[in-house]
Amino acid sequence: MKPFARINLPGVLSLLALLLVWEISARSSKVIHLYFPAISEVVRSLVDLIQSRELVGHLLASLGRFFIGYLLSAGIAVTLGILLGYFRRAYTFSEVLIEFLRPMPSVAMIPVAILLLGIGNSMIVAVTVYACTWPILINTIDGVKNIEPTLIDTGRTFGLGRWKILKRIVLPAAFPYIVTGLRVSLAIALILVTTSEMVVGGNGLGFFILDEERSLKTTNMYAGIALVAILGYSLNRLFLLVESKAMAWHRGATARG
Amino acid sequence: MSFQVERGEFVSIVGPSGCGKTTLLMCIAGLNPPSAGGVVVNNVQVDGPPSNLVLVFQEFNKSLFAWRSVLGNVLFGLEVRAKLSQDAEEEARKLIKLVGLEGFERHYPWELSGGMQQRVAIARALAYGPEILLMDEPFGSVDALTRLELEDGLLRIWQNLGTTILLVTHDIEEAIYLSDRIYVLSRRPSKIIQTIEVDLARPRNQITTRAQVKFMELRNEIYKQISQ
Repeated sequence: MKPFARINLPGVLSLLALLLVWEISARSSKVIHLYFPAISEVVRSLVDLIQSRELVGHLLASLGRFFIGYLLSAGIAVTLGILLGYFRRAYTFSEVLIEFLRPMPSVAMIPVAILLLGIGNSMIVAVTVYACTWPILINTIDGVKNIEPTLIDTGRTFGLGRWKILKRIVLPAAFPYIVTGLRVSLAIALILVTTSEMVVGGNGLGFFILDEERSLKTTNMYAGIALVAILGYSLNRLFLLVESKAMAWHRGATARG
Repeated sequence: MSFQVERGEFVSIVGPSGCGKTTLLMCIAGLNPPSAGGVVVNNVQVDGPPSNLVLVFQEFNKSLFAWRSVLGNVLFGLEVRAKLSQDAEEEARKLIKLVGLEGFERHYPWELSGGMQQRVAIARALAYGPEILLMDEPFGSVDALTRLELEDGLLRIWQNLGTTILLVTHDIEEAIYLSDRIYVLSRRPSKIIQTIEVDLARPRNQITTRAQVKFMELRNEIYKQISQ
């Protein structure tokens, strides 16, 4: 998939059609308008909120938590995953624990995090790190464990020791798996940041959305939701762009089988 | 089973499928410990991959680094020897030319045919500068025509570089065509049932060498031994 190369015209049209139906319904019924203010109004209030800088602070707060949490989890999970995948015994010891913790909804850990860390940035970051770690960890372990044995033997016949094989052969060979995990966790990080902000309050887009809803400023609430959606979309696009640069070799290799 | 390979020789081991040819090579390469007995390379007992020896695998598509270009794969052989200097790239290009892949330096393995991929694997092994090249059915999974080409390419390289080559194959004619000496293995339990000195003139030629009566005689003799 090329990130910016081609626009899916039918897809864009159906999105526009949906927005149009929304707009018309909102304008034609007062009841509907109460719950779904017209899209044009949502867009206008989004622009106003950004221009008045009211939303910018919330956006920056969320982005900060997002990036710190995401990058921390990436660092932790990739390192841990490589070690667990490479050293069989370490994996044997941790397998049951991982399989037990992984399927548990991470939001269930929010109360635990509040208990331990109080309500602040560190708690939100901690929950985000916790949730994002699993997909990256599992994929990295898989990538390292499923490496072609011939590749390892190739490293050995060229006289490389275990650590050099890890660095020069296992790591690049597992890279596509790691990237898959990183992509899954990108969406998870945004979910956890938004959810935690709703629970904890203070600032951030999650807090803003819930706060506006409670103040019955429905249009502003939708503006906040729209911003989160745009944020998620942009981050995913950005990721695909980086991925396509870093993994040009892999796309071809897998296309050929 | 006991046998020797002298410096600079081209020796083949022929045997039926499943007689443990690959296992034997893995032991010599120091990748598998032998269940009994030992391997001595340059008067040194092998207890890990020897530094003056490299193995070329049958499954070149699994052995090449998909994330590196042709040049990158060949450079790997130089990198691990810490010979990465200014002229490393020049050296790698020379080897790529030697295996006949000039112009494909920037290609990735998946963009190449099977025969070309195995050439990359051979160039990468040569970049390591081994005294001994072990080859496990190196041309086992390419088409017949490519196979003949690769055989001649290998002989040319061997004559240029003077590397000792020990090759394992189940193709009797390939073994005769390439080798100075052939060890014929039996079915399990494997043992060397015959040692054959191939005194066909070099340089060899796919048409004239294979047309010699002596070539046929050797072929028939080995075939008889193996099929017993």
